[in-house]
Amino acid sequence: MSNFVVPNRIFDPEAECMPSGERVKMQIAGLRRTVEQAKKIPFYRRKFDKSGIAPESIKSLEDLQQLPFTTKQDLRDAYPFGFFAVPRAELARLHASSGTTGKPTFVGYTQKDLEIWSGLCARFLVAGGLTADQIVQVSFGYGLFTGGFGLHSGIERVGASVLPASSGNTQRQIMLLEDVKIDTLICTPSYALNLAENITAMGKKGKLALRYAHLGGEPWTEEMRLGIEEELGIRAFNNYGLSEIIGPGVSGECAVRCGMHIQEDQFMVECLNPETLEPVADGEQGELVITSLNKEACPIIRYRTRDLAYLDSSPCECGRTTKRMSRIRGRSDDMMIIRGVNVFPTQIEEALLRVDGTAPHFMIELTRPGNLDEAAIKVEIRPQDFSDKMEAMHKMRDRIGREVTAITGLHFNIELVEPNTLERFTGKAKRVFDNRKLND
Amino acid sequence: MPIKQLSLFVENRPGSLSAVCNVLKDNNLSIRTLSLADTQQFGILRLLLAEYEQARTVLEKAGFIVKVTDVLALEVPDRPGGLADILTILDKHQLSVEYMYAFTFGVADKAVIVFRFEDPHFAIEALQNEPIKLVKASELFR
Repeated sequence: MSNFVVPNRIFDPEAECMPSGERVKMQIAGLRRTVEQAKKIPFYRRKFDKSGIAPESIKSLEDLQQLPFTTKQDLRDAYPFGFFAVPRAELARLHASSGTTGKPTFVGYTQKDLEIWSGLCARFLVAGGLTADQIVQVSFGYGLFTGGFGLHSGIERVGASVLPASSGNTQRQIMLLEDVKIDTLICTPSYALNLAENITAMGKKGKLALRYAHLGGEPWTEEMRLGIEEELGIRAFNNYGLSEIIGPGVSGECAVRCGMHIQEDQFMVECLNPETLEPVADGEQGELVITSLNKEACPIIRYRTRDLAYLDSSPCECGRTTKRMSRIRGRSDDMMIIRGVNVFPTQIEEALLRVDGTAPHFMIELTRPGNLDEAAIKVEIRPQDFSDKMEAMHKMRDRIGREVTAITGLHFNIELVEPNTLERFTGKAKRVFDNRKLND
Repeated sequence: MPIKQLSLFVENRPGSLSAVCNVLKDNNLSIRTLSLADTQQFGILRLLLAEYEQARTVLEKAGFIVKVTDVLALEVPDRPGGLADILTILDKHQLSVEYMYAFTFGVADKAVIVFRFEDPHFAIEALQNEPIKLVKASELFR
């Protein structure tokens, strides 16, 4: 059932199947446009002035390597709107990604940015089987997160119907899938597995009309895909994006499923050695570094995603001429993605600091006992934390839990452990132990 | 007279209690009585022993977190209503019990109950004219 053939359809053949020579010309023009637009952002203007970069300096794609990098920290330092290149009045939408200390990172879109974005989502949706006669359930959260609204607009762009279920309430999600006879599901891979398990438990396996799922927002494996497809009798497609770049739509799989096609008319994706920042060869793992080519509100140059993957420039049977990228195989920093939410160890440290001026030793342990991530923080107790009264100990533990939730938006199990039981590190502490086995 | 009690943080896992007891054994220290308040993940071990200062030193040296707390040891007649009568008196003085544990030692017909009050010195004052016997450290550890 789950092995049915997905028709090879292309939403925007002009952009997706462009001859590579033509695309290079477009990309050079796009880079110039981006440098021009980025001059309106003080961070970039300073860097350009310092190294004498002007739009005309871009003569070939190799000239991209003269341009400065942008890091998440740079975006944070410019909170809230330091990376916006248009006046407020020209903004059509704002989204935000989670920050490290409770402050999010805002991203803005002009009307034109939104149109491009919905087109990019439409491309991967159509590549993975979406047609205008389908009804799509979006079980991503609608809110600051780019996933919900991004996919929503993409579905409308294709001409299909959208059921904006948003996230949560699994029983109701399943009722909607069944009663509305949903064709396509949008959510995170771990939530798709969770739904599948509940559907089986409710005796509804094989009774849904569901045929396709487009899953993203967190890294997943081929093994998870097999599980989801087998349990739900569907075809599940992977897509990639991040709010700092645009949201979902940076790349996505086609029916051939041999990597995610990068939307190269809109983005330059480099794959670099995270230490040396030199390009790595096709097929070799490196950090993805992304530059936008057409964005107005938030043009971004050489953004260090910290996502590790490899690129593949070999031709694809589907007819698209774009480069492909592998699944995300890890991170080059210590960011964790827990139930689709980005969390940094520094956020946990911040929460512990709020409880008691100095942070104790701690360790974060991630597991996936069923289909959903479980997160625990082990906190070493110190003499000043200890009381002979159980009530006081529970109060302290609960307070840590509340502060962590306030900063991350996620529930963590807090475990108090004896002093000197967590491993000590000389140099950079290893805070995160990820036992979810995401890389097969 | 308050009694000095040692409290230790212990994780709820195999070996954590024996680690404490072995430190005491190696230093030839004997426990008079103990209580363990446990949760799924950790426990608080409370110990009464004569050489509490020495015990504290060796346990802290071994890496444990140790807290010294004043508790009161009250003698309770071993008969129906023995504890009820005492608790009635505590209620009369609005002394609320944080936790308590009981044990017997040597004296027939009598038990000792260890009480942790928020303010032990206030409790001693409140109880001084009541028919309750406070057991002294010298009696407890003889």
